[in-house]
Amino acid sequence: MSRTIPMRSMVANQSGTINQIKGSGIMGVRIREMGLVPGATIDILGRAPLNDPIHVKLYGNNLTLRNNEADHILVEVDDLTKATER
Amino acid sequence: MNKKKTSEEQTRPIVVALAGNPNAGKTSLFNKLTKLRAHVGNYPGVTVEQKWGQLIHHGRTIKVVDLPGIYSLNYYSLDERVARDFILKEHPDLVINVVDSTNLKRNLYLTLQILEMGLPTIVALNMIDMAETSGLKIDIPRLEEGLKARVLPIAATIGRGLDNLLNLIPEVADRSDRAWKPIEISYGQDIDEALDRITTELNSSTIAQTKIPARWLAVKFLESDLMVDNQLQEEAPALWTALNPIRNQLTSHLKTTTNDEPTAVMINRRYGFLAGLKRLAITETHKDTRPVSDALDQILLNRLLAPLFFLAVIYVLYQFTFWASGPVVGWLENFFTLLSELTKNHLPNGRLKDLILEGIINGVGGVLGFTPLIAFMFVGISFLEDSGYMARVTFILDRIFRAFGLHGNSVMALIVGGGIAGGCAIPGVMATRTLRDPKERITTILVTPMMTCGAKLPVFLMLTEAFFPNHQAQIMMGLTVFAWIMALFSAKLLRLFVLHGPPTPFILELPPYRLPTLSGILLHAWERTWGYVKKAGTVIVAVTIILWTMMTFPNLPFQTQSDFDTRLKVANTEKARQDIESELKVAQLQNSLAGRIGTALEPLSLLAGFEWRTNIALVGGFAAKEVILTTMGTAYAMSTSSDPILAEATTPDGKSSTTKAKENKEVEEETLIHNLGHALNQNPTWSPLVTMSLLIFILIYAPCFATIAVIYKEIGLKWAAFSVVANTIYGYIICLIIYQGGLALGF
Repeated sequence: MSRTIPMRSMVANQSGTINQIKGSGIMGVRIREMGLVPGATIDILGRAPLNDPIHVKLYGNNLTLRNNEADHILVEVDDLTKATER
Repeated sequence: MNKKKTSEEQTRPIVVALAGNPNAGKTSLFNKLTKLRAHVGNYPGVTVEQKWGQLIHHGRTIKVVDLPGIYSLNYYSLDERVARDFILKEHPDLVINVVDSTNLKRNLYLTLQILEMGLPTIVALNMIDMAETSGLKIDIPRLEEGLKARVLPIAATIGRGLDNLLNLIPEVADRSDRAWKPIEISYGQDIDEALDRITTELNSSTIAQTKIPARWLAVKFLESDLMVDNQLQEEAPALWTALNPIRNQLTSHLKTTTNDEPTAVMINRRYGFLAGLKRLAITETHKDTRPVSDALDQILLNRLLAPLFFLAVIYVLYQFTFWASGPVVGWLENFFTLLSELTKNHLPNGRLKDLILEGIINGVGGVLGFTPLIAFMFVGISFLEDSGYMARVTFILDRIFRAFGLHGNSVMALIVGGGIAGGCAIPGVMATRTLRDPKERITTILVTPMMTCGAKLPVFLMLTEAFFPNHQAQIMMGLTVFAWIMALFSAKLLRLFVLHGPPTPFILELPPYRLPTLSGILLHAWERTWGYVKKAGTVIVAVTIILWTMMTFPNLPFQTQSDFDTRLKVANTEKARQDIESELKVAQLQNSLAGRIGTALEPLSLLAGFEWRTNIALVGGFAAKEVILTTMGTAYAMSTSSDPILAEATTPDGKSSTTKAKENKEVEEETLIHNLGHALNQNPTWSPLVTMSLLIFILIYAPCFATIAVIYKEIGLKWAAFSVVANTIYGYIICLIIYQGGLALGF
């Protein structure tokens, strides 16, 4: 079973496949151009001490982005990873 | 062997632009090619200015321009504009697209954008050694076929493949037609049709008479690119009106079919193209390409340990800076002391001697004296940048700084500027270059000089020792904390009222940790330090002369001067003579232009607690903050020489006995701090409240001139002037509130 959640609610060590990017304008362009496009798989590595930004692995390399940006990214995750959604 | 290469075509210099993502190793390739000093950065955005150098290969001159590191050829950020404008306006003969082989997919996105522009391109797969170690196999011929461009594996840091690259440059640059031939990526039927229609329209217009391919313009038009849109509207309004419906039609069509804008669909298609290319040409044997770096991040970015480790790093940075620069600062001081001794002994008495001695040598010496400190701070910062840790600092602290309208990248500027007492605003201001958003950058630059820099420290020490002897450490600590609060609060105000704007998207790469090379760090630190000396040095001499003139002229009226002369002649003891000389100095200062300004400002400044003497010192503080101390010394008729009365005044903890062994100058300064503090304490116009107000004013008001000069070079005259005027008024208002509030409360 899989379901789609915003990237903001993903937790450390959870992985998934990007399903949709909702952002438009410069925000949407920036997110996509860094390689966060539908079909890409991501692994959440962790978060900064104040829970924001997020540290994520994409194509074997590491990116950070803020929760605000992660809101625009919908990710298909496996239910078996037992994400604790906030 | 060059006999046949006589035609003009084959001897003209070749202009090569280096383009690539931040961290792709562009700058290290540039250094290897040109053997010119340019920084090897491991931090996104180190190259802001355009760097270029040249080399001669087989008798052919090759000019290499290092473009800023970019992820895309959009027109959003300054870096992207610089890179794109260079390509469009300068028409380089070819682009070397430097690609990080360990991060191919994201790096090739920019490659596609460059190839879509169509100018001759060599794709240099950099760090191929690291990619091979991590088990990546790249089929070069297939990649060349897919990209329709020459692809060459290199490893710039170890010099691998560079000869091949140099040989390939003239071959590609002299390609028979030299026309720009864009690759055509399929964006799906709807977009492709629209692109074809727009391309046809453009080709039949005057717009297509340049080298820039119509197809690329069409792509950018559909992406609603700012530059292309504006250019079309201006140069061919009729054409724009004809093309616009095509775009609108496509946009609404895509909205219903995919629920996305054309731009989004096009980016997705480019990544789709790259995914296909990757399947064809690249084999990965195992997935984890950076096990060591990720393991380190598990510890260094651990949510509990990260802040502690960060504090430890900053502590070490400061310790290192002071430990390493200490001796050099001493040598410089000795050098300037020697210089003034020489001047004292070999120049005839008079105004010229005073100017050289008090104005130029003291002024320039005071500012240059900080150079070693700045240089070693840059060494530390360069290490943090090149190692990859600086990007982590941004990550750790971004959340806090965003709340105040700043960016994670602002952290370093504030820390270096004196976030821990003793920094310097100049390297701080220069450290803001990594901020991409101009508003966030300007805000950071404007608040950085509010920190407790090293030059403010002796002034603070004097004032706290005089009025808060039992709480000196607490007040000094409090001032540092207060500086942080003020800087963040002021940043928020600036962002709300002056530099209003939404936060820029924050998507930052965390490059793998790398061990920086010594030469890389030294080059970087040297470039920045030299940059400071050049920038500050040119204006410092002028400003010290102006300030010295302001504090010297006009001369005392003839009558007053001769009165003093007479009194000096009849003075019978050494002490009496010195008293009269001090009195004369005060009279001269009060009569000078600076003194008159100070007096004229008194009605206003008294409301915040400052009398005219303080005003003069604050004017002097423009030159350098520590000048406040020496000017107050003069204004309150304090002498640094061994005045019998003043020498008697010993500190309660018996400090005077221990200082004797110290260097002469240090003793002098300490004596001045102590004596001046003592005198102020006895002065009826001074109170702890006045002192508190002054401490805070010195913290906030106009930056010193060296900093102003650097602000001017970094962000222009307007903001340099703003930092002087606004900070001063702002500081005044705050001190007004503190002083008047304090009076009302009965302090």
